[in-house]
Amino acid sequence: MTTDTTTPFPQPVSTDRPFARGLMPAPVPVQFLDKLGQRVHVFDEEYPEPSSAQLVTAYSAMVLGRRFDIQATALAKQGRLAVYPPSRGQEACQIGSMLALSRDDWAFPTYRDSMALVSRGLDPVEVLTLTHGSAHCGYNPRASRTAPQCTPLATQLIHAVGFAFGERRKGRPTVAMALVGDGGTSEGDFHEALNFAAVFKAPVVFLVQNNKYAISVPLSKQTAAPSLGYKGIGYGIASEQVDGNDAMAVLAVLNKAVAHARSGQGPVLVEAHTYRLDAHTNADDATRYRESDEVEDWLRRDPIARLEAWLRHEDLIDSAFVASVAQKAEAFAADVRDRMSVDLVVDPMSLFDNVFATPTPQLLEQRAMVEAELEAEEASR
Amino acid sequence: MTLTDAADASSTPVPAPQFVTMSGAINRALRDAMTADADVVVFGEDVGTLGGVFRVTDGIARDFGSDRCFDTPLAEAGIVGFAVGMAMAGFRPVIEMQFDAFAYPAFEQIASHVAKMRNRTAGEVNLPIVIRIPFAGGIGGVEHHCDSSEAYYAHTPGLKVVTPATVEDAYMLLREAINDPDPVIFLEPKRLYWSKGSIEAAAAKTFESFGQAAVRRQGTDVTLVAYGPSVDVAMQAALAATESGWSVEVVDLRTIVPFDDETVVASVRKTGRCVVVQEAQGFAGVGAEIAARVQERAFHSLLAPVLRVAGLDIPYPPPKLEHIHLPGVERVLDTIARLQWDDQPDVRFLSGSKGGAA
Repeated sequence: MTTDTTTPFPQPVSTDRPFARGLMPAPVPVQFLDKLGQRVHVFDEEYPEPSSAQLVTAYSAMVLGRRFDIQATALAKQGRLAVYPPSRGQEACQIGSMLALSRDDWAFPTYRDSMALVSRGLDPVEVLTLTHGSAHCGYNPRASRTAPQCTPLATQLIHAVGFAFGERRKGRPTVAMALVGDGGTSEGDFHEALNFAAVFKAPVVFLVQNNKYAISVPLSKQTAAPSLGYKGIGYGIASEQVDGNDAMAVLAVLNKAVAHARSGQGPVLVEAHTYRLDAHTNADDATRYRESDEVEDWLRRDPIARLEAWLRHEDLIDSAFVASVAQKAEAFAADVRDRMSVDLVVDPMSLFDNVFATPTPQLLEQRAMVEAELEAEEASR
Repeated sequence: MTLTDAADASSTPVPAPQFVTMSGAINRALRDAMTADADVVVFGEDVGTLGGVFRVTDGIARDFGSDRCFDTPLAEAGIVGFAVGMAMAGFRPVIEMQFDAFAYPAFEQIASHVAKMRNRTAGEVNLPIVIRIPFAGGIGGVEHHCDSSEAYYAHTPGLKVVTPATVEDAYMLLREAINDPDPVIFLEPKRLYWSKGSIEAAAAKTFESFGQAAVRRQGTDVTLVAYGPSVDVAMQAALAATESGWSVEVVDLRTIVPFDDETVVASVRKTGRCVVVQEAQGFAGVGAEIAARVQERAFHSLLAPVLRVAGLDIPYPPPKLEHIHLPGVERVLDTIARLQWDDQPDVRFLSGSKGGAA
């Protein structure tokens, strides 16, 4: 049988692409450090090892990030936050995704990515404003180059695509890091975002933090795909899967993915296999849907311990350094605790401020009504 | 103007007004806005090479290039979400949803992001996006092509909702929409796409802010409040009503959000009677909101309850039956007749009686 070369069938997928297997992710997750923190070299040819400086920075940020996360969970339990969705156990993804970006790049995070934002240098109190309840997005997205944390699933991914495309059109070298969880990959907007990104060659890196649960629903009920990384192939997106608890591998893959996107070669999809050690939020009870054995097993793949073991082995850090990082993390948490314990005064009239640039006559009427109510309340005291 | 008149007016020759269709006026507004501001971009399904299924974007990709006007994948949530991102990067996207009911997949993007971004970010991120939607019926369209979806958008805080009833307004309101710092849902009545008018005066005008209704016809006995495709019905009904001796005023809202209480209430205070005309199904619709507002604000001026003429509370019917569903002149006149002219009780809703609100 001969192929009719005149038929407009698409060309076979080339394997000669920046991501070594064409669009295909690796058959197993990319790994640089095993569970014990020992270096494995299977993927060295495909991905350059991250610099020592980047790895030490990652370690410090992971320790600080975890301490922040634990502190935020405590604040939620104390009623200081309405709710907190923790990311303990996902430190390699949280910190790696931000360290791979340059200062001018943008992040498009979900509600679970508070640790990532803190590692990006955002004020933790501003990050926690959303669940503190005094405002929605507490930080300035333009100043921090970080979109509001998104609570509807996957909807911000397509914003990242339009934004990255727009930035390119404006001649700016910005890359957008679009974060999503395993559950979010079932949403239609995830697929539309991937498709648009590929069609418009938008400089976006999609990072799927596969933490195995969408609240209570396990991955097995979410997808039949062999890896969430495979979801990029159908859209023509270079895809990869990585051990999400291996900070070195996460950084190696994301460094390359960001460079790929920035160079104009289009988007990249990366699935990071990780685990949500805590419940969905402090309001959730994870014992209703998973065994503690499973959690114990993942605790043995702790991303911080792995990186620390390797950094110590390479003499890049020592006990004194580890102690000083821990001390800084404690001070950071204490500062967050103190600042979150202050009762915020919120201006009720701010309700009317940012519905439109200029309030409608109807909003002005309602504003006057609320103002009168508050004055009457004040007078009756 | 006759030839004789023209000869007499010897001073300055007045050029004959250039008549364009409403779709042509929208096309011109897009072109003028794109010429005035390099950040204005147009995209959606089939808006590029084809020029849109209604030819509204005809020739724009050719004349402005595919960077400024381009086709997207067929995914409405994607189109709207992409526009959110482009607006964040500094563009002013004018996007098209091909038909009213095909915009529903984008509803989450519109309600949760387009409408709320300014609010969520304490004013740091505004989204100057215009979402153009060919809407409503009366063109014999098959199912899912004729929905009146204005109430969904008008009920969503943070969106401006605009619908032109005249060719001139189609031009002017779209220019204003593109200039607006906030997102605008721009509803284009499909059956008016081929209506004709002049936009020369509108193109020369300076922009006004949204929220200014227009009194299309002066009257003293009844106020008809309408918008978009229903304004024409109201105007025809007003003309026909003169035969019954009723002097009918017609108010064209032009923008549903922001709503011009002032013009509507001033008219009703003058006439004492009010009928709201809308093509959309009546229950929980924009007309209900208007009726409530008028009664709240002009109760002591009212000589009769505010009545509504609306589409039936049914899914949009097949083409052969849409004439029954769509409010027509007769239904408006029947409703005007019920406005307590003889000061006798309206028995329509008494128990045992048949029928209900039109």
